[in-house]
Amino acid sequence: MRAAAYLLLASLLLVAPAAAQQLPDPLKIATEGAYPPFNYLDDQGKVQGFEIDLARAMCDEMKVTCEFVVQDWDGLIPGLLSQKYDAIIASLYITDERRQRIAFSDKYYQVPARFVVPKSSDLKITPEGMKGAVVGTQRATSFERFLRDRFPGIDLRVYATMDEAYLDLKSGRIDALMGDVVAASEGFLKKPDGAGFEFRGPEYTGSTWFGYGAGVGVRKEDAYIAKAFSGAIAKLRANGVYKKLSTKWFGFDVYGG
Amino acid sequence: MLDLKGYGWLLWDGVQLTVMVSVVSMVGASVVGMVAALARLGRCGALSLLVEAYTTVVRGIPELVLLLLVYYGAPTLVQDLAATFGHKVVVSINPFAAGIATITFIYGAFASEVFRAAYLNVPAGQHEAAAVLGLSRLAALRLVILPQLFRYALPGLGNVWMVLVKATALISVIQLPELMRNADVAARATRMPFTFFLVACLIYLAITLASMWGQARAEGWASRGVVGGRL
Amino acid sequence: MLAFLADHLGAFANGALITLQYTAASCLFGAILAVPIALMRLSRRAEAFWPATAYVFFFRGTPLLAQIFLIYYGSGQFRQGLESLGLWSLFREPWFCAVLTLSLNTGAYSSEIVRGALLAVPHGEVEAAMALGLSPLQRLRLVVLPRALAAAWPAYTNEIVYQIQATSLVSIITVMDITGVARVIASRNFAFYEAFATAAAFYLAIVYLVILVAKRIEKRLHAHLDEVESVGKRIGGP
Repeated sequence: MRAAAYLLLASLLLVAPAAAQQLPDPLKIATEGAYPPFNYLDDQGKVQGFEIDLARAMCDEMKVTCEFVVQDWDGLIPGLLSQKYDAIIASLYITDERRQRIAFSDKYYQVPARFVVPKSSDLKITPEGMKGAVVGTQRATSFERFLRDRFPGIDLRVYATMDEAYLDLKSGRIDALMGDVVAASEGFLKKPDGAGFEFRGPEYTGSTWFGYGAGVGVRKEDAYIAKAFSGAIAKLRANGVYKKLSTKWFGFDVYGG
Repeated sequence: MLDLKGYGWLLWDGVQLTVMVSVVSMVGASVVGMVAALARLGRCGALSLLVEAYTTVVRGIPELVLLLLVYYGAPTLVQDLAATFGHKVVVSINPFAAGIATITFIYGAFASEVFRAAYLNVPAGQHEAAAVLGLSRLAALRLVILPQLFRYALPGLGNVWMVLVKATALISVIQLPELMRNADVAARATRMPFTFFLVACLIYLAITLASMWGQARAEGWASRGVVGGRL
Repeated sequence: MLAFLADHLGAFANGALITLQYTAASCLFGAILAVPIALMRLSRRAEAFWPATAYVFFFRGTPLLAQIFLIYYGSGQFRQGLESLGLWSLFREPWFCAVLTLSLNTGAYSSEIVRGALLAVPHGEVEAAMALGLSPLQRLRLVVLPRALAAAWPAYTNEIVYQIQATSLVSIITVMDITGVARVIASRNFAFYEAFATAAAFYLAIVYLVILVAKRIEKRLHAHLDEVESVGKRIGGP
């Protein structure tokens, strides 16, 4: 029984940090489980997605078994810092701000951000044109930061997950949504629900907000884990496994320039 | 008619976890409540002041805020405190433990009120009779007062249980895969929020109905030695 | 901690204002709802009794969180239908869904308080009113309701206190109340215990301020009686 496992897990851990350079095995990896098709939960409650496949491939490269922990977006970095797990693979963008807290591997994919609006909308994507528009995105993301800095006149709604923002865009509660082009396209626009919607305005890539692509996040003192992931990413890029996975999930190479 | 798109078993997993979290929290809350009630009724002023402070705080803070404070706040607070003393500790609380701790803490306060009221309901003559029989304070409590106290406390405890079960839904906010969380996962994945939240509501209603039936049985049992004793 | 407060006190104050607004609005509508529902529950006519009973059973038997999700995200599933009824412009707004759910929820609990108080009105007073030749409606308005409302007040104070705390759930549907503000500040600044402890302090202050005011009102209502105090979270199954 699944519930019984939780009872066994219910414990308050006091752990002295070990400085071993041996990779933890199993390696505990946190993911959000609400960002399709990068990571999401299937009808068994199991994690699936491009990042999950990629993480498994990376763990194979590093010769460790990986174990996934589902953690809401808000708590990903605090959970890492309090040692609930050893790494984050959850479309977490490498930004200078986050680097003050945690360390990152090299990037494993990079895509621009863009607004999604109803096709029938006459919204102009400029700070003036968006004035008063209701715009949704996920709380504590690069997108939220960007919208607060660059579009101060909008009525910003922040959601716990991107999925909830999609629900409200579809029902018409929000006039526009900001997300990354791949997640928005694969997770929403290409689904039956996304039929009446389209991308609008330019693609945004400014590193102040969107950083240098998505990377594996680790604690600063665990830089060796990040290094191991970087090595694994390079190998998977070279041996074609990355390309195979990317094509499986997206039909193209999502690594970016 | 009702198509759950294959998410039925996920909901069932959630129901089991909801019931389990509720039972564990209820046992915890009863223990905390009993101890707090005894402390409040005891003769030590500092202790009863402490219990009063506890109930005051619990009454004034929303469960959700307390839950977030325990799950997200406590680990970082301990780490920061330790860091100021030059130590490095790691505190990790999983959603299951954080949820049970919070619910136990909150409903322990309410259970303590129930026990206190029940204790005061036990007629003074019973205490006196126990004393006359030469029973020690502890023996009197165990043999005479507690069995009666239990009977007076049952209706109140039943209420605490029913509110507590609903309160466990909040633990979904810190991603414990109980009923509410799994309904949310299914609702988002299938884009059918109404269907799944309604099913979740109906399941909670079923749990409530079952609890009401159970409570009636339990009260009958607790009053078995009293003629016309149903409270 | 001081620097944290200096930076964010304004945001928390705004959140507190939202919390108070949602509490006041839902308590008002809930109270308006409570009296007719209580009377329906006491009615002997099946067409009055059963709908009211089903309503009370549903809203007291399910978690508020589920009700909020059901009404907020659930209504999105019926956009076309609501649009044709002209209701979508209301359901579109998070504040409307939040106030609607909170009002329906507290209405169910409050109606039980009112029902209990109505049952507690001494029979002799009703008979006295009958003897004076008052019509049923006059009896209700002049004798039963004033008496019952005074008796219900202590329990209703609990309900208001509970409602203040219940509003914290609206943060989940994007409303920036105290909890919503705390969650944004916490995750943006990695200031988790600071943000949630500040939120807790705000709620404590509001709750005990409200209790203080409620006690004053209670004294007025019971100027002629010695009333025992009781304030706490609402406890009660359906």
